[in-house]
Amino acid sequence: MSEVSEQELGEFRAEVSAWMKDNKPADPGFLLPQTFMEVGSEQVLEFLREWQHKIWSAGYLGMAWPKEYGGQAVAPIYQRIADQEMKRHAVPICFNVIGLSWTGPLINDIGTEAEKQKYLKGILNAEDVWCQGFSEPDHGSDLGNAQCRAVRDGDDYVVNGTKIWTTMGNYAKYMILLARTSTQGARKYDGLSFFLAPMDVAGIDPRPIQKMTGEYGFCETFFTDARIPADCIMGEEGQGWRIAMQTLQYERGAEAGAAGGLMVVRTVMEDLIKDLRGLKRDGEPLLKDPLVRDRLVQLLMEEKAISLGERRQAHSALNTDYPFSLALSGKLRSSEFAREMRQYAVALQGAQGSLYVGDDDAISGGFWQRAYFNNFATTIGGGTSQVQANIIGERVLGLPKD
Amino acid sequence: MAKANNVITFSDEQAMVLQSARDFCADKSPVTAVRALLPGNTGYSDDVWQEMVALGWLGIALPEQYGGSGLGFGSVVPLAESMGRGLLSTPFFSTTLAAQAILRAGESQQKDTWLPRLAEGTTATLALLDNEDWGAPDTTCTATVAGSEITLQGTKWYVPDAAVAQLFVVHASLDGESALVLVERAQLADSALQSQTLIDETKRACKVDFSGVSVSADAVMRGPLAASALRDIHLLGALLVAAEAAGSAAACLDVVVDYLKTRKQFGRLIGSYQGLKHPTVEILTAMDSARCHVYHAASVIGDEALSEDAEVACRMSKAQATDAITFAGDRAIQFHGGMGFTYECDAQLYMRRAQWVQQQFGDAYHHRKRLAALLLD
Repeated sequence: MSEVSEQELGEFRAEVSAWMKDNKPADPGFLLPQTFMEVGSEQVLEFLREWQHKIWSAGYLGMAWPKEYGGQAVAPIYQRIADQEMKRHAVPICFNVIGLSWTGPLINDIGTEAEKQKYLKGILNAEDVWCQGFSEPDHGSDLGNAQCRAVRDGDDYVVNGTKIWTTMGNYAKYMILLARTSTQGARKYDGLSFFLAPMDVAGIDPRPIQKMTGEYGFCETFFTDARIPADCIMGEEGQGWRIAMQTLQYERGAEAGAAGGLMVVRTVMEDLIKDLRGLKRDGEPLLKDPLVRDRLVQLLMEEKAISLGERRQAHSALNTDYPFSLALSGKLRSSEFAREMRQYAVALQGAQGSLYVGDDDAISGGFWQRAYFNNFATTIGGGTSQVQANIIGERVLGLPKD
Repeated sequence: MAKANNVITFSDEQAMVLQSARDFCADKSPVTAVRALLPGNTGYSDDVWQEMVALGWLGIALPEQYGGSGLGFGSVVPLAESMGRGLLSTPFFSTTLAAQAILRAGESQQKDTWLPRLAEGTTATLALLDNEDWGAPDTTCTATVAGSEITLQGTKWYVPDAAVAQLFVVHASLDGESALVLVERAQLADSALQSQTLIDETKRACKVDFSGVSVSADAVMRGPLAASALRDIHLLGALLVAAEAAGSAAACLDVVVDYLKTRKQFGRLIGSYQGLKHPTVEILTAMDSARCHVYHAASVIGDEALSEDAEVACRMSKAQATDAITFAGDRAIQFHGGMGFTYECDAQLYMRRAQWVQQQFGDAYHHRKRLAALLLD
């Protein structure tokens, strides 16, 4: 791909910025999801489906993907710029995350021509919602131990078992499914296979799970003699583990192959401070309280340190002691920081902190309340903070296993 | 609100300085050497000091016209971190900061006279504290003009490396404004210096009575330039202590990790217990944060008066490094169990360093208080 001039990129940024400004949707009258894990009603789903379709139609999604499958085949830097502008203009998220960031790039990389034709465009234009069936109720994050069975029977696989935390499972047309096609093999990973499974066959029952926030967004998905066509398998039998691991590599953005799009509504100290500015305590502005000021500065320092950690990783000379420290501690640091910050955001609201999403008087519509609750998805999901601390202790510091 | 880009720039040149400084400090300052110097009067080895001078470290941040190498103050940071790792105490910090005070506040004649000498290893120090708001009462010095002479009155406390300093840069109040007065060692009687017993035994400081010392006008730096330099010196000093503390915290972590990997209790290596493993990870992340802030600060300071972004970066560095070393030192004692309670155990060296670090150039709370005004108002 040829070099792109700074000027072209600058012009492109201005164009996207103008588009976002003109097309940012008006307040829909309900609190929009902060992540794709909060799509809990048809109303929210349709709103986001329309928004993603609009962004794609404008040419700002899947820009680096091939033209014949709905992309534009331009350098990934364009998508990155578009993503930055979406973030800056604080527009709603692109919700079809499992398609955009996981399945799409996977199909682009290793899919057959038929798979590309069939799936890619629907991921981008939001017609086909995708969900992910990796985790199981009894195995938490231990993916390699998946027990959901898929047994070949003629032209189908017959699937039996249960998947959990299937985000948007009740709205999805397709699922990327990790199932066990064999119980033989030396390692537990060996018998796993990877499917691009349709959700509309008989015997698949996604049941919404109500979260502690009161909202929906996840499902527990039950398979009872569900017949998945055999040609839905990706690669070959037994390659499931490798393909699943490859899928996890794409999350890092357009350069890694993902379609792009804003995935998370930002939750930063700058916005919190803005929300706190009008509040009072003991008749004085809250932001004049010495204890509050001290704590907010501590949080600002931590926020900055996490961001600086990403910069520091680029300089190998500054990472010689424990070379993997910053890379392996990022998830623990950022998720725990967010939890503390959001918890404090609720604590500082005074009596209004007792209001919740749905009450017209709640500060920012209850944004911080919901953000705090939902943050547990990041301190628990993908390995709990306690497991992360073990990993850092053992793999970074070299401490013995417990 | 300050809008600093979260940059960390680190040149190949700085990487080389860092590597050679790490090697040098590891070589010259193993813990046995540190301990051997603890009871001494000066607290450092003159041979090592002369080698540091020969390596050009005293001039690294000074412009070439004064015999320096013109690499900027950011290059002092990797040196400070390395010295912190080795608990290597010399008059390096005192001399470097005194030189910065003269560089930033001095007339050309003062710079021409002193900076080349400081770059060549003449030791200098700052008598800086002046009723500082984080808790340093009764440390004011006043200066009064009488004819062509300026006479000092008052005792400065906590003057680092005073016993070996050839030049004192004294922060004094002159006609109600802050001034920096240059006093040479020969102008002071031996009895004017009174050694203080410091909590960190690798460090040295004195109470210095400047009462009655008279200097000529060309030994005084005053006016807006001096005020600006004084502000900068407080921030640069905080940054250097932070960098040194980040290094000490890293070394302290190594001591803890080493013990957790070798000490057995109840039939298991103690590092396998999550009750010790998880807080040790907290030491790591606190130390990592301190280094991130410090490297960022090193990336945004220059020879000119410090910007607001640079001020934020220096203050965050000091606040974070203070918390990191304080936590590391405290846990290091605890995790060594009964052994940690003994003088023989190296954990005490870091614990004492931590307590000393807290008070240098303002404690964490002081800096957060200043940061609040910069970031929240």
